Amino acid sequence: MATDTPFPDAGAQATRKRGGGARRTRKAALHLGGIAVSLIVTLLGLIAITFFIGRVVPIDPALAVVGDRAPKAVYEAARVQLGLDKPLIVQFVTYVKAVATGDLGMSVSTGRPVLQDLKEVFPATLEMATLGILIGIALGVPMGVHAAAKQGSLTDQVIRVVGLAGYAIPAFWLGLVGLAVFYARLQWVDGPGRVDIAYDGLVTPVTGLMLVDSLLAGETDIFFNAIGHLALPACILGFFSLAYIARMTRSFMLDQLAQEYITTARVKGLPERVVIWRHAFRPILLPLITVCALSYAALLEGSVMIETIFSWPGIGNYLTVALLNADMAAVLGATLLIGTVFIIINKVSDALYDVLDPRAR
Amino acid sequence: MSAPLLAVENLKVTFPSPSGPVDVVKGISFSLGRERLGIVGESGSGKSMTGRSILGLVRAPGKVSATRLEFDGMDLLKQGEKAMRKIRGARISMVMQDPKFSLNPVMTVGEQIAEALVAHKRLPRREIAARVRAMLEAVRINDPDRVAGLYPHEISGGMGQRVMIAMMLIPEPDILIADEPTSALDVSVQAQVLDIIDDLVRNKGMGLILISHDLNLVAHYCDRVLVMNSGRLVEDCAASELKNAQHPYTRGLLAAQPRLDETRDELPVIDRTTWSAT
Amino acid sequence: MAFADMRNWLLDESPASRRQARWGRIFRISLAFRGNALAMVGLVIVLALIAMAVFAPWIATHDPIAQDTYARLRPPSAANWMGTDELGRDIWSRVVFGARITLAIVILVAVLAAPAGLLIGAAAGYLGGWVDRVLMGITDIFLSMPKLILALALVAALGPGIENAILAIAVTSWPSYARIARAETLTFKNADFIAASRLQGASSLRIVVGHILPLCTSSMIVRVTLDMAGIILTAAGLGFIGLGAQPPLPEWGAMIARGRTFILDQWWVATMPGFAIIVVSLGFCFLGDGLRDVLDPKSGEKH
Repeated sequence: MATDTPFPDAGAQATRKRGGGARRTRKAALHLGGIAVSLIVTLLGLIAITFFIGRVVPIDPALAVVGDRAPKAVYEAARVQLGLDKPLIVQFVTYVKAVATGDLGMSVSTGRPVLQDLKEVFPATLEMATLGILIGIALGVPMGVHAAAKQGSLTDQVIRVVGLAGYAIPAFWLGLVGLAVFYARLQWVDGPGRVDIAYDGLVTPVTGLMLVDSLLAGETDIFFNAIGHLALPACILGFFSLAYIARMTRSFMLDQLAQEYITTARVKGLPERVVIWRHAFRPILLPLITVCALSYAALLEGSVMIETIFSWPGIGNYLTVALLNADMAAVLGATLLIGTVFIIINKVSDALYDVLDPRAR
Repeated sequence: MSAPLLAVENLKVTFPSPSGPVDVVKGISFSLGRERLGIVGESGSGKSMTGRSILGLVRAPGKVSATRLEFDGMDLLKQGEKAMRKIRGARISMVMQDPKFSLNPVMTVGEQIAEALVAHKRLPRREIAARVRAMLEAVRINDPDRVAGLYPHEISGGMGQRVMIAMMLIPEPDILIADEPTSALDVSVQAQVLDIIDDLVRNKGMGLILISHDLNLVAHYCDRVLVMNSGRLVEDCAASELKNAQHPYTRGLLAAQPRLDETRDELPVIDRTTWSAT
Repeated sequence: MAFADMRNWLLDESPASRRQARWGRIFRISLAFRGNALAMVGLVIVLALIAMAVFAPWIATHDPIAQDTYARLRPPSAANWMGTDELGRDIWSRVVFGARITLAIVILVAVLAAPAGLLIGAAAGYLGGWVDRVLMGITDIFLSMPKLILALALVAALGPGIENAILAIAVTSWPSYARIARAETLTFKNADFIAASRLQGASSLRIVVGHILPLCTSSMIVRVTLDMAGIILTAAGLGFIGLGAQPPLPEWGAMIARGRTFILDQWWVATMPGFAIIVVSLGFCFLGDGLRDVLDPKSGEKH
């Protein structure tokens, strides 16, 4: 550390700062480069895993194509046609090329290219998960902050229990119970599906997001109907992200509140509200962004279960149908898509951290 | 001397432990006028807790009690949280040990200093900027506009502590508590930081409580010295009288100081048996 | 007064022997643990799960597989505490026998994944260099994958069934253990006592197995316990989709799936197994939290 002279030469300091600035920028760039490389490596790893699952695991793909009773010659021809006679590494490179160009194979159950299917179902999942994470952030963050500020209070205990419930309750079970209570008994929300059957297919998909498309088409009826259908599944997803976000916020806040600069803020005579939100909360914004991103990624994954319950025509539903039909191309395609989104969210939140933190800048 | 600014009588700070409550501060009494008072003691002697209990910042589950804890005629123990907030910063303020931890890492230096002022006074924006600038100059930062825009990790420890002093003195309090203000700093800047504190405190006629483990330093910068040992006050004398101190602990501390014209081969160890269990 | 003497001996701040120090530590940990009400609740739940699994035939009131078409979809009553399902099977008895499946899944996943992660992590941390880079690279790739989706795809490829479900869950859960083991290994690697045993000529293998692995166990136990809830939920999810335990096995997730059709009128069919899952998962969460507080207080709540 530079020792401090009583009257430092301002010019020299300015130079030092400029030099430091350039060094920091370079460091950040290097770091971002590192994240980009790890993104590519991880994506390759994902492809390797789906390749492994699809090719090396017991089921013989050639046999699956031609059937058990095919003559040996037909079987061999199928093997050659599928490229299975080539070394594994060559097969892998072929596979990577195919995936990179969007060729995910044909779905046995829909008889269409998997990529086309995914393009159609993904927006529905995105819409639900996005609403879910918004609910989770809007409620979870203030709840977590409050619990940390009033540690040991009733609110704190309640939030601890909610946080644990998020870990302990199966999403599909909560979905079922939710349907039974809020749809069947109380009739507060609409049932499964994205809109009522009467409205089905009335809105031409532009973005694929029902809420946006219905507004674009000026169909407010459909918009509100879609909200009625979306409310329950989104709230259930929101509950799980809330549980996680509130728990993490609480624990980050507890760390912060034990810091010495919180005492400094109190010594200044600042109101508790300012101490908590300006001094304790601001430093945790960055880790919270990471938590929210992770939670969002987890919701995309968690929607698989929720979608089967709510007959939501998203990627989760597509995946489960494919699973039950042993439609491996569709299964692996959906896995690749969810995995890719998951990984990208992960890495982008890492990169954001580097860009936004004044200490890393 | 008129009525003291701060009067402390039988102050106790208690923390619970698995084997029953433990007194960290065991009933100490002193008073402070517009003077410089030093509190010396080894780590764990309760000197920091004394400072924090005056500000009402001993955190649960710690408990503070006293027969009298009066500041400017107000009973500090009876003030509500809101009233205490008006006292903190504005009337009594505190400089802490290590600027690395006591400055908020994600706020600029200028923001943090301005905040201390704005917490107690509504002022037009331009005047705030001018006051922050003047305060930074007062703590001998000669490029105040640039420094105000820096984050704490971009400045050195010595400068950080000067920023801390600026932040604590900008609302012009009556008492400044300096809790080991230099022990985290390079030796080369320690004196400079203390000189700044000394200067400002004297010019504004404030009371200073300088908490330290360094007997020489306290003797040099203070008018009066309190020596604490395991939660008790063992010595209360004028700084100039320190060499005539009576208590065996103080004498032991003095004897353990190395000197430049040293002829001893070994420094003596304090014999704690002579006053223990009292 | 013998009890008080014993207590004082155990709580002595300056133990006179190693034995006293060790017993003192155990006693203090158990005291801290007993002071934590939630942790005790968790312990009771987990013990109850084990007891249920072991003594299932005596705790169950009916045969979990026997069908009785006359007693279909009966609500909870004195005869059928949790009602009956669409084939007239007693749900309480099925939940009780389901404890066996849940416990088996949890134990097998822990036995497969934790040692694998521990070994990989310890090897990476201790050997360092390219071994570390390769192993941790693979670990990181697995860590940034969606676990549930990966498990689903794996089971789809391997074929539905409880064994494959267990395998798939184990394959997706070892990486976090590897991370922990590596971090712990790195903190101990340069400690003086490791250097001392290296000077005495101990081999790398001996140091890892004899010194480093034992030091990782407490954080490992905490982590595995905390992960149990997630493992139970994943297994139940696989069962719910129909990829886990196959009928007529009374697996809780599969039971919920069967009750799905009746959720509006015969709510108990799907709800009861759900409660079982929640209670057991909560039990592991409570226990894990409590264990962490006493065994590994520094790690905080960051997962």
